[in-house]
Amino acid sequence: MIRVRAFQVAVVGGAITILELLCRAGIVDRFTMIPPSEMLLALARVIGTEAWFWPDASYTLRNLAAAIALSVTGGFLIGLVVHAVPRLRRMLDPIFTSYYAVPTFVLYPLLIVFFGIGPASLVVLGALFGIVAMIAATVTAIDRIPRVLLKVARVSRLGPVRTALLMKLPAASPHLMTGLRLAVAYSVIGVIAGEFILSTEGIGRRVALAYNNFDNQTMYALLVLILAFVIALNAALGALEQALHRRWYRS
Amino acid sequence: MTARARFLDYVLLAGGVWLTWMLLFQWAGPEALSPPGATMRRVGDYLTSAQFWPHAAATGIAFAYACLIALAGGLALGFLLGANRLAGQVGEPILSSLYSIPKITLYPVILLVFGLGISAKVAFGALHGIFPVALFTIGALKNTSPVLLKTARVLRLAPLATARTVLLPAALPEIVTGLRIGFSATLLGTLIGELFASDQGLGFMLIRAMEAHKVLDIMALTLLLFGFAAIANMLLLAVERRMHRR
Repeated sequence: MIRVRAFQVAVVGGAITILELLCRAGIVDRFTMIPPSEMLLALARVIGTEAWFWPDASYTLRNLAAAIALSVTGGFLIGLVVHAVPRLRRMLDPIFTSYYAVPTFVLYPLLIVFFGIGPASLVVLGALFGIVAMIAATVTAIDRIPRVLLKVARVSRLGPVRTALLMKLPAASPHLMTGLRLAVAYSVIGVIAGEFILSTEGIGRRVALAYNNFDNQTMYALLVLILAFVIALNAALGALEQALHRRWYRS
Repeated sequence: MTARARFLDYVLLAGGVWLTWMLLFQWAGPEALSPPGATMRRVGDYLTSAQFWPHAAATGIAFAYACLIALAGGLALGFLLGANRLAGQVGEPILSSLYSIPKITLYPVILLVFGLGISAKVAFGALHGIFPVALFTIGALKNTSPVLLKTARVLRLAPLATARTVLLPAALPEIVTGLRIGFSATLLGTLIGELFASDQGLGFMLIRAMEAHKVLDIMALTLLLFGFAAIANMLLLAVERRMHRR
């Protein structure tokens, strides 16, 4: 395991070093990309000195949190309903399988007409983009609950609530977690894309502004921040998934 | 399930979507949504107009290149990392974090590197598609039953012959799933690329409609793209089901 970690650090570190050298040597020019070390310095400067950073960051974070909460709970509940009605599930199948092939966030302007420019539009956009992944994952998760567990529950005379909490939920959790991670990833895309396109606040808007002003320092600083945030979030969810797995499948 | 039952499902789906759409339209008003009938007519207008097809062709060409790169690259990467245990353990988490990052945030980088035009779209499409294909391929190879590999060893098959006659057939169904998901992701990527980095194509038509706030055009184009994606996905899904049954 330690060997694997070492290799991973080497691969990622090597890639970043190569990028740094390419930028330093001028093979990649400064108008295209600044060296990774400068991105970090610029990020420190942005966080430390720019007055807009914390308000904009907290705006984006709040919207993200709301979008994720909506898509995960909504997706889970709709998933339960869809699973309970096989006909509905068959009918909706074409929508589920092709939903993520089309940039649904182009409907954002229509949301703006309805909800106005502001957090509500961004939250709904993020939630709309994330919810289908959660619905699909919930349906699969319930499908994959082994029948034998339900028999065990009946033999142990568990009531419906305890069957759901003690048997079904743990058995469904791996696929639910997959859905959660996807819903998070897609909600981030929705919120950030919305901010790119039209917004008055937020980190995504700052990226678009910096890009339009040829301010590569700020732009790359913010991109590094967004990527680091998402990778950290994903890793945290992965760790949570493994911890749950260990707890429920202790043998 | 019989073909007739499936057909009935599609009819019901279309009816349900139509009804929901009508209700939403009544609720939200014409500034936010276009009514379904007018939108369908606009889709018909597009399909018969002369200006539409060059844009569709531009998107089609970019999408085809992006698909080729994403599928071939993803398969190569997947076989490379999936064939060796250590390489897989090292590479898979890296690939899955790359898969999870919102690649839309990288659009300024792609624009700066490739400029406006087809190469930016192709790069953006391939960037979206390559990771799911690689991850599914790795997963498929990892789940190959050890008995098959032992059999190959007993038969003293050379590595290449093992890959061709044992690994590939065993992993094919899951690889096809990966290809289907890669196909969708590549289409999404190509269209996003066109939204932000292009002067022609369906994505460009969409962003123009968005900027002018032409609700009817936005809805009609989205519907058209959704229809295309749904039909393509259904075809690929049919291939996939046949594979899994074998």
